[in-house]
Amino acid sequence: MAEAESTPTVVVDGVHITYTVHGGRSGGRGAATAALSRMLRRGGSAPAARRVHAVKGVSFVARRGEAIGLIGSNGSGKSTLLKAIAGLQPVERGQVYTHGQPSLLGVNAALMNDLTGERNVVLGGLAMGMSRAEVRERYAEIVDFSGINEKDDAISRPMRTYSSGMGARLRFSIAAAKSHDVLLIDEALSTGDARFRRRSQRRIDELRAEAGTVFLVSHSNPTITETCERALWLEAGTLRMDGPAKEVVAAYEEFTATGTGTGPGKPGK
Amino acid sequence: MTKILAPPAQQAPAHQAPTHRARQTPTSRTLTEDPHAPAEDLRALALRHGLTVSGARPSLPAYVRQLWSRRDFITAFATARLTAQYSQARLGQVWQVMTPLLNAAVYYAIFGVLMDAKQGVPDYVPFLITGVFVWTFTSDTVMAGTRAISGNLGLVRALHFPRASLPISLALQQLQQLLLSLTALVVILFCFGEFPTWSWLLAVPALLCQALFNTGVALVLARLAARTPDISQLMPFVLRTWMYASGAMWSIQNLASGGRFPDGVVLALQCNPAAVYIDLMRFALIESHTSTQLPPHVWALAAGWALLAFGGGFIWFWKAEEAYGRG
Repeated sequence: MAEAESTPTVVVDGVHITYTVHGGRSGGRGAATAALSRMLRRGGSAPAARRVHAVKGVSFVARRGEAIGLIGSNGSGKSTLLKAIAGLQPVERGQVYTHGQPSLLGVNAALMNDLTGERNVVLGGLAMGMSRAEVRERYAEIVDFSGINEKDDAISRPMRTYSSGMGARLRFSIAAAKSHDVLLIDEALSTGDARFRRRSQRRIDELRAEAGTVFLVSHSNPTITETCERALWLEAGTLRMDGPAKEVVAAYEEFTATGTGTGPGKPGK
Repeated sequence: MTKILAPPAQQAPAHQAPTHRARQTPTSRTLTEDPHAPAEDLRALALRHGLTVSGARPSLPAYVRQLWSRRDFITAFATARLTAQYSQARLGQVWQVMTPLLNAAVYYAIFGVLMDAKQGVPDYVPFLITGVFVWTFTSDTVMAGTRAISGNLGLVRALHFPRASLPISLALQQLQQLLLSLTALVVILFCFGEFPTWSWLLAVPALLCQALFNTGVALVLARLAARTPDISQLMPFVLRTWMYASGAMWSIQNLASGGRFPDGVVLALQCNPAAVYIDLMRFALIESHTSTQLPPHVWALAAGWALLAFGGGFIWFWKAEEAYGRG
């Protein structure tokens, strides 16, 4: 049986994800008048809470040792799906089954720009669930990997004084310090200069070797075909295609080149 | 038809049901409709391999254990927030003590000098400033609680940790802030001739009870505001009403002697948690504030409110654990 060869690590079973957006969030002085006119038009109904149906009935099985790319145009639900796999975005219908705890590669939200790089390394490590001892152990490794201390003692400066590249390098270094069962990467490879990109590509390969399964969201088609052997193509929240990365990317490129929906129906050449 | 899709390494698995979309290549299939049909197959597959539901809520004991294992993160996050607060200012961390001192100076200038509003309270200025600082602890913690989840959605949506870490951490930040304010308060008390006595030690259990109570309320509001962000617009008004009802700036006891309100109302005001904690702190620190100004069974009240708010708030917060981060 083909199925027995590799055990599934992630089973996504008919998942629907919706979220609610309150108001237009236009802000400023216009908001009050806009809200007023909206209320007048609708006869006094409350400011609309729009429901966004981001993922519509996606099912697939990921197995141990696979690296799976997620492609699709902006707003097609790729990142939302990753968050559902990570258990961070509740699903409306369907279920996500996972082996162990999948983790998103990213600690950006835990870091504070007003604090020094030093303190952010500790804070980020703790936020990812490391103990203080583990953070102390990994500290030098993280700083060395980021390479931000090569020219001056940047690590002791507040992060808001970093260039965007330096900040991105430090964030990636913190995020990549921990190994995971199922690793979810959202556009992480496009940070830093060419040298750092090579280094982070190597680190991703290591993480893949340690992790059972890797998911990668990227808008860079070469990255997908280089890193992944399988790809999922999401379009407007539905799974359009699932197969070898090269075929799926080729069909996706055909779709984006024509700009209309004729491509995916006939992927065979 | 089955939707267990072939990993690319396995070319055209023979065990799969033949698809009616024969024109497609065998390894990549275009999916269009019909997301519900294979539900049983996938669930069976997942369960057979012992996979668990992603993002399910842990049991209460497991949740407490998870939270305990995150204690380093909780304290580090609190301290980091506290430090980040004044990092752009020239004087930096000096503001931690300067801000409460300036606050006290404003209240002293307005109530102590301009209005000379002694209101029949001996040692009015220490009375006022103690009340304001203790109240600020509760009100700031409650406000921080309303923003604990809704203001940290990025964090909630990116990382795994028991969500109660956030309100608890923010409550801890406010406690640290209060301890800094208390150093300012001690200086002020010295200036007005209040010197340390053994009764000052009573401030410790009083503060512990208040901190527990505040954390519980912060947990409740964190859950409420996570679902209904409008709560944070409403809270300033609720808090201001609560402040005036708790006697942060005036004596509830004197209201009773005025005779305009029935005793029941006065007692109810005195027994409300904020008033209990404010009066206990005054009782501990100010000599002229005696036990006659405290409601009956005041320590039982203080502990009761604390346990009720913290226990209830914690369980209530945990019950929505898996839903935080939506919308």
